[in-house]
Amino acid sequence: MAEMKNYTFNFGPQHPAAHGVLRLILEVEGEVVKSADPHIGLLHRATEKLAETKPYLNNVGYMDRLDYVSMMCNEHGYCRAIEQLGHIEVPKRAQYIRVMFDEITRILNHLMCIGASALDLGAMSVFLYCFREREDLIDCYEAVSGSRMHAKYYRPGGVARDLPEVMPIYRKEEMPSDRRRTRFNHNRQGSLLDFIQDFTERFPACVDEYETLLTDNRIWRQRTVNVGVVDAQRALDLGFTGPTLRASGVSWDLRKTQPYAVYDELDFEVPIGRVGDCYDRYLVRIEEMRQSNRIIQQCVDWLRQNPGPILSDDGKIIKPKRADMKLDMEAMIHHFKLYTEGFCLPEGEAYGAVEHPKGEFGVYLVSDGANKPYRVKVRAAGFPHLAAMGEMCEGHMLSDVVAILSSIDIVFGEIDR
Amino acid sequence: MNEFITSIWPLIWMVIKIVCIVGPLLLAVAYLTFAERKVIGYIQRRLGPNRVGLGGLLQPIADGMKLLFKEWMIPHCSSKSLFILAPVLSLVPALVMWAVVPFTETWVLSEIDAGVLFILSMASLGVYGILLAGWASNSKYAFFGAMRACAQMISYEIAMGFALIGVLMVSGSLNLKTIVMHQAGGVTHWFIWPLFPMFVVYWISAVAETNRAPFDVAEGESEIVAGFHVEYSGMGFALFFLAEYANMIIISALATIMFLGGWRSPFEGISGLPALALPGFVWFILKTSLFLFIYLWFRATLPRYRYDQIMRLGWKILIPIAIAWIVVVGLMIQLNWIEVL
Repeated sequence: MAEMKNYTFNFGPQHPAAHGVLRLILEVEGEVVKSADPHIGLLHRATEKLAETKPYLNNVGYMDRLDYVSMMCNEHGYCRAIEQLGHIEVPKRAQYIRVMFDEITRILNHLMCIGASALDLGAMSVFLYCFREREDLIDCYEAVSGSRMHAKYYRPGGVARDLPEVMPIYRKEEMPSDRRRTRFNHNRQGSLLDFIQDFTERFPACVDEYETLLTDNRIWRQRTVNVGVVDAQRALDLGFTGPTLRASGVSWDLRKTQPYAVYDELDFEVPIGRVGDCYDRYLVRIEEMRQSNRIIQQCVDWLRQNPGPILSDDGKIIKPKRADMKLDMEAMIHHFKLYTEGFCLPEGEAYGAVEHPKGEFGVYLVSDGANKPYRVKVRAAGFPHLAAMGEMCEGHMLSDVVAILSSIDIVFGEIDR
Repeated sequence: MNEFITSIWPLIWMVIKIVCIVGPLLLAVAYLTFAERKVIGYIQRRLGPNRVGLGGLLQPIADGMKLLFKEWMIPHCSSKSLFILAPVLSLVPALVMWAVVPFTETWVLSEIDAGVLFILSMASLGVYGILLAGWASNSKYAFFGAMRACAQMISYEIAMGFALIGVLMVSGSLNLKTIVMHQAGGVTHWFIWPLFPMFVVYWISAVAETNRAPFDVAEGESEIVAGFHVEYSGMGFALFFLAEYANMIIISALATIMFLGGWRSPFEGISGLPALALPGFVWFILKTSLFLFIYLWFRATLPRYRYDQIMRLGWKILIPIAIAWIVVVGLMIQLNWIEVL
């Protein structure tokens, strides 16, 4: 009798469900996966090393490119590390703006994740419905920072500029049809906050729409329930964080357990799952989107009533006002120094972590007192999740690999760094 | 000379008839792909193709031209002859089946008494194309696709066969034309009503048989990339594409014939509706299009089944239902609840 052999093949890096450049080596027996071995490094861009060669401020832009679907949250982690090390006070309004954009980012990320996992399991429409809402949020990014994706909006000590008073509208050149333009512009008449408020009022109904297509869908449940189960203890052992950990039933959310920015002033709940399968991860994300929506609403209300500074007034770190520079020699010198050599941080080390949409995103910063970091270490939330792929996939079928992979929400920008 | 023409005239006439069926059919296939992109586009709040021609109407022609001029790559380690044969083998049965389909009472290429049997046998031949494609490409993904397609097709053929037995029992004939004739008398006389569970079983297995969403595991775009035709490019790929859509159309046409009264108007027997007195083949096309729309609707809405779940659905749910309903139909016939001619 011929010798029985398992089938080994590459899942990716060029594979429609590989979520970027994952190379997964699968060993299968028929359709059943015996082992799955994820390989990393195809998107390695040496971000950490690059950061050592640039002044602190210049590195903010690199953070966007780590996890390129939750840009501002990455910036937040980095800025927090700098603020801790330099003991920089961040004004309240800037904190609220940051929290609001963190939550907008969370919705952006979860929409992408849920849409992509639905697409991977064959439910095409959900993906496009999710992108319809993403479009509005990306417009918020654009309105506030000028960039739709890599915002570079947060600064050590606050945010780059205050929220705009007018929301950009579609012009006749871009959209010739009058009817269409009116429809697209009707919620862009006021300020950015008005636009965001309008979004938060619409958004719960949109989430209901995704849920009608998925949550009680028999096929969706058959595909996700009890697939890729990780129990609570094992999830902790593996170093899971974020929705993936909470789906396993561990109530751990940095926004609650170690509140930063202004999360302790806001009212929201942290959903947790029970089983720790793909379905729970999906449900946790859906509920997190609803909670994020609540947080955004609270932020909008606060920001409407409390104008104020959006950057710290520490002249050694923050650039002076343009008007001051015209009259004041000191301001001129500061400006020149800040944009040539940058600012220096005291010697020491700091770890700034935020609850990133994918889990705990932390930046560990070592400074030797120079104007550049001595070492930057990024704790990517997705890395431990990907590392657990092998154990989650074992014994499941080939199609489940896709379901599991999309449920742990992998983005290679942050894993390979 | 005259004698010669008279002797081969039936042959020429037959070829003309075949061209008259296959030509519009291929056009229908092309525009089904267009309809699919448009319908799914609108379901997903997109516009779909709208650049080539008026409202995108020339898109399928452009696609066809593109595929025609693409290089047909044959993988180095494949078995070349089988690799070339496979797409042909999957397209031909899909076209041949049309030979027995009655478009109206008189429009049928060859009226044979074993029409249903002929269709079932041709439908099962289609799987060989897929099997060969997967095997001959010598690619792991393609091999997976072929394995899945085989298992799925074999099990769903059984469910489909059982579902059709109900139709045969009620109509007492394997001739497609006779089956339609038995559904005369308006919408209430169609076989869909006494055989409703059979209809559902038939339709689900038909979707699975054609490898369409939510049963498209053989292609499984996000799992095994494109399954059995992953190595095909250019015209080889186009032939598989044609076969898939031609199969969809024939399956929808069969559903129309078996359960929805074929070319018959739903308002038969109701006088005073001259506005709805459309020719038979228009009704036939309308009903077939309805089923095709449902195909597209499925694809836009439902997630994909897993391979083992498909097997479970086929063997443990559909086949038992079909068998049980055969018994019920038998009883109904015995008790004279259904009129059998």
